[in-house]
Amino acid sequence: MNRRFLRQALPFLTLAVVLAATFYVQPRTMSYFGLNLMLQYAVPIALATIAQMFIITVNDLDLSIGPFVGLVSCIGATLLLDNPLLGILALLVLIAAYGAVGALIHIRNLPSIVVTLGLSFVWLGIAVLILPSPGGKAPVWLKALMGVQTPWVPFPIIAAIVIGVVVHLALMLSSYGVIARGAGGNPKALTRAGWSMLRTKVVMYMLAGFFGVLSGLALLGLTTSGDAHVADRYTLYSIAGVILGGGEFIGGRVSPLGAVVGALTLALAGSFLIFLKISPDWQIGAQGAILIIVLALRALVSYGEQKR
Amino acid sequence: MSEQAIRLDGVEKSFGAVRALAGVDLTVATGECLGLVGHNGAGKSTLMHVLSGNLTPSAGTLSIAGKPYDRLWTAAAAQAEGVRCVFQELSLCPNLTVAENVRIVHRSLKGFGWKGRAHALIRQKLDEIFPNHGISPDDEIAGLAIGQRQMAEIARAFTLTDGRLRLVILDEPTSSLDAVTAQQLLAYVKKETARGTAIILISHLLGEILTTADRILVMKDGKTVADRKAADFTRNSLVAAMGSEAREHTRGVAKNSTAEVMVRAQPRSGGSASLEARKGEIIGLTGLAGHGQTRMLLQIYERRQAEVKGALSFIAGDRQSDGVFNLWSIGRNITTRSLAALRKGGLIDLAAEQRLAEDWKQRMAIRTPDVNNNILTLSGGNQQKALFARALASDAAIILMDDPMRGVDIGTKQEVYAMIGAEAEKGRTFIWYTTEIEELTHCDRAYVFRNGAIVAALGSDELTEEKVLQASFAEHAA
Repeated sequence: MNRRFLRQALPFLTLAVVLAATFYVQPRTMSYFGLNLMLQYAVPIALATIAQMFIITVNDLDLSIGPFVGLVSCIGATLLLDNPLLGILALLVLIAAYGAVGALIHIRNLPSIVVTLGLSFVWLGIAVLILPSPGGKAPVWLKALMGVQTPWVPFPIIAAIVIGVVVHLALMLSSYGVIARGAGGNPKALTRAGWSMLRTKVVMYMLAGFFGVLSGLALLGLTTSGDAHVADRYTLYSIAGVILGGGEFIGGRVSPLGAVVGALTLALAGSFLIFLKISPDWQIGAQGAILIIVLALRALVSYGEQKR
Repeated sequence: MSEQAIRLDGVEKSFGAVRALAGVDLTVATGECLGLVGHNGAGKSTLMHVLSGNLTPSAGTLSIAGKPYDRLWTAAAAQAEGVRCVFQELSLCPNLTVAENVRIVHRSLKGFGWKGRAHALIRQKLDEIFPNHGISPDDEIAGLAIGQRQMAEIARAFTLTDGRLRLVILDEPTSSLDAVTAQQLLAYVKKETARGTAIILISHLLGEILTTADRILVMKDGKTVADRKAADFTRNSLVAAMGSEAREHTRGVAKNSTAEVMVRAQPRSGGSASLEARKGEIIGLTGLAGHGQTRMLLQIYERRQAEVKGALSFIAGDRQSDGVFNLWSIGRNITTRSLAALRKGGLIDLAAEQRLAEDWKQRMAIRTPDVNNNILTLSGGNQQKALFARALASDAAIILMDDPMRGVDIGTKQEVYAMIGAEAEKGRTFIWYTTEIEELTHCDRAYVFRNGAIVAALGSDELTEEKVLQASFAEHAA
C-alpha cells in the first residue's frame, strides 16, 4: 500500500524537484510572471499528452500526434480565421478521421505504431499543402484566451489543473471510464461481458483526436501563427509525459493527473536546462536523461513491491 | 425442478478439421446443479463458450425457458438473459479494482453513485459466499493472490442488479481455492440452486461433482456419452463412462532394467516421487493437462535439480510460439540445433548444412520439393516433422517432447511413432509428455502427474486409460 502510494506520488515529487531546482538556479522565476512565461507552453503539451494517454489506455501508441497538432495549427491559422464554419467542419473531420483510424487498426488487427507512423506523414503533407511556409494568423479570440491574465494564480497552472481534473473524472471515476481502462487491461474479459472492443477503441481514438485539436489550437494561440513543423517534438513529449506521469505502455494503467504533471515536468525541464545555459542541441538528450532517471526510480519501487 | 432454464439441441462446432462438438444435447432445469465431466479435449470448454455466447455454433439451436432463441446468441445476449460464466482462465481486468470489475458485467451500474452500489454489491456477495474472505472492493486485482481473484470472480458472477440470474457456469471453480473456501463455494451452490438458479459445474475433482451435482453429464470426443442422476454414479462408474475400454499396447516387452540411467529428477513443484529414464527407454508423462508435466520437462532441460547424462533436445508442442522460426527455410529450421557441429573454421559449412537438411527431409519424409522453401509452406504436420528432424538430427542423447502431436494428422503420427521407436532401439532416450492416452501405448513406462507431483508410475502392462484416469482424479482431501 505504501509503495503503491509512493509510485503514484512519484510524478508529483519529480515535478517538485524540477521546480525547486529551477527556483534555485533562477530565483526570479518564483513570481506570477515568471511561472506564466515558463509554463505557458505546458498547456498544449499537456493536451497532447492527454490525447496520447487515451491511445495508450487501449494498448496502442500514436506516433502521429505531433504532426497532427501542427496540422491543426495550420488549419486554425488559415481556414478557421477566414471561414470559421468551414474551419470547425475541417477540425471535426479530423476527429472523425482519428476514429476511423482506430476502427481500421482494430478490425484489421494492425500495429498502431506502423499505421500512425505512416499517418504522421499524411498529416504533415496536408499541413504543408495548406501552409507551405510558416504564416497565417491566429483568430483573435484564441490569442485572447491563451493570453488571459487570471488573478493570483497564472493561467497555465489553472488550465493544467482543469484539464487534469476533468479527464480524471471522466476516465478514472466515471462508469464508462472503467470500460475504457478495462479494454486495456483485459480485452477478452470485456468482450466476454458483451462490450464492443471496436466501439471502445473508436471512442478512445476520437477522444485523442479531440484533445489533439485542442492542443493545436492552444499552441496556435501562443505562437499566433501557423507552422506545419511547430509540434514535431510533441510526439515524443506526449509519450514521455504519459510514462513520466505513472502510465504504462500496456495494461490500461494510466493516470490523467500524472500525465498532466508529466507534461508540466517536461516543459519545466526545458526552461531549467536553458537557465543552466545548456545548448538547445543537448536539451532533448538531457530530457531523456530525466526520463530515464524517473523510470529507473519507478522500476525500483515496483521491484520492491513484487519482492514483498 | 421441471421448468427448463436453458436447452441446447444438436449443437455442433468445428475448428477447421477438428470437430470439437459433434451434436450435443443439453438441458438444465431451473434450480438444478448439473455436473459436467470429461477428459481433456472432450469439448467441455467449447460447450461453455457456446453457452456463454462467445462462440457461435456451426449448427444446433438454443432455447431459453422452453422457447427457441431466434436472434444471434452473443455474449451481450447471454448477459441480458442472465447467463453468467466463470471461465477457467480468469476474466478479470488486472488493472481495475474489484468493484470496477463488477461494473464491467453490469450495464446498469452507471450514473452518479455507481461506485458505491458496486461496492455494496460485491461486498455483500463475497460475505455471503466466502465469510472471512479478506478482500476489499477497492483492492486492485493485480494485487490479489490467485485464490482471492478466483473468489472475486465467482462472487461477481452471482451478483444481481436487474433482471434475473438464470444460469451460472462454473468452469473448474475450485482449481485455485483451498479446501475451506472450496467447501464454502459448494455449500453456496446448493443454496443458490434452492433459489431457482441453474448451475453447471465443471470439475476434474469427481468427489466434488458427485456430492454437489443433481445430475451428471459425461462428455467424450465432443458428444455426451452419459446423462444420469448423480446418485446413480459411483466414482468408478464415472471414470469408466469417461474413458473407453483398455487398448492393446504395442510395447509389451519390458526393457532391460540394467541399462544406464540417463535422467533422474524429482519435480520441484511437489511430491517426493521422482522420475527415472534409462538409456533407450521411452518414458511417458501423463495426467490432466497443466499438472506439472511441461514444468518437469523444462526442469530437466534446464538441469535444475536433475541428474542428466548427455545432451538434450526439446521438441515443443506449441509450434507457432515455441517451435518454428517463421522467417527461415525448412532446412535452416532443421539444422539450427546442430550448427555447432556444422562449423568449419568458425563459420557454418553451408554444404554440410544442406546435406544434413536433405538427409533428414528424406528420413522424415517431409513433403516438400525443396528444403530451401520457407517453413510456412509446409502443412502443420510436416512442420512438426521438421521439428522432430531438428531434434533427431542433433547430437542429443535425450529428447524431451512437450505434447508434440497436437493437431497432427493420424498418418503423420504413425510415421513419427515408428521413427521414435527406431531411435529408441538405437539407444536414444525419450521423455514424452502427451495429452493423448493412446500414445502411452508407445511408452515403456509412464508417470502420472497431479498438482505438480508424480502420483503414480505405471509399467507398460498397466498403461490403460482407466488406470491413468484413476490416478489423475484422486479424491479431493477436503
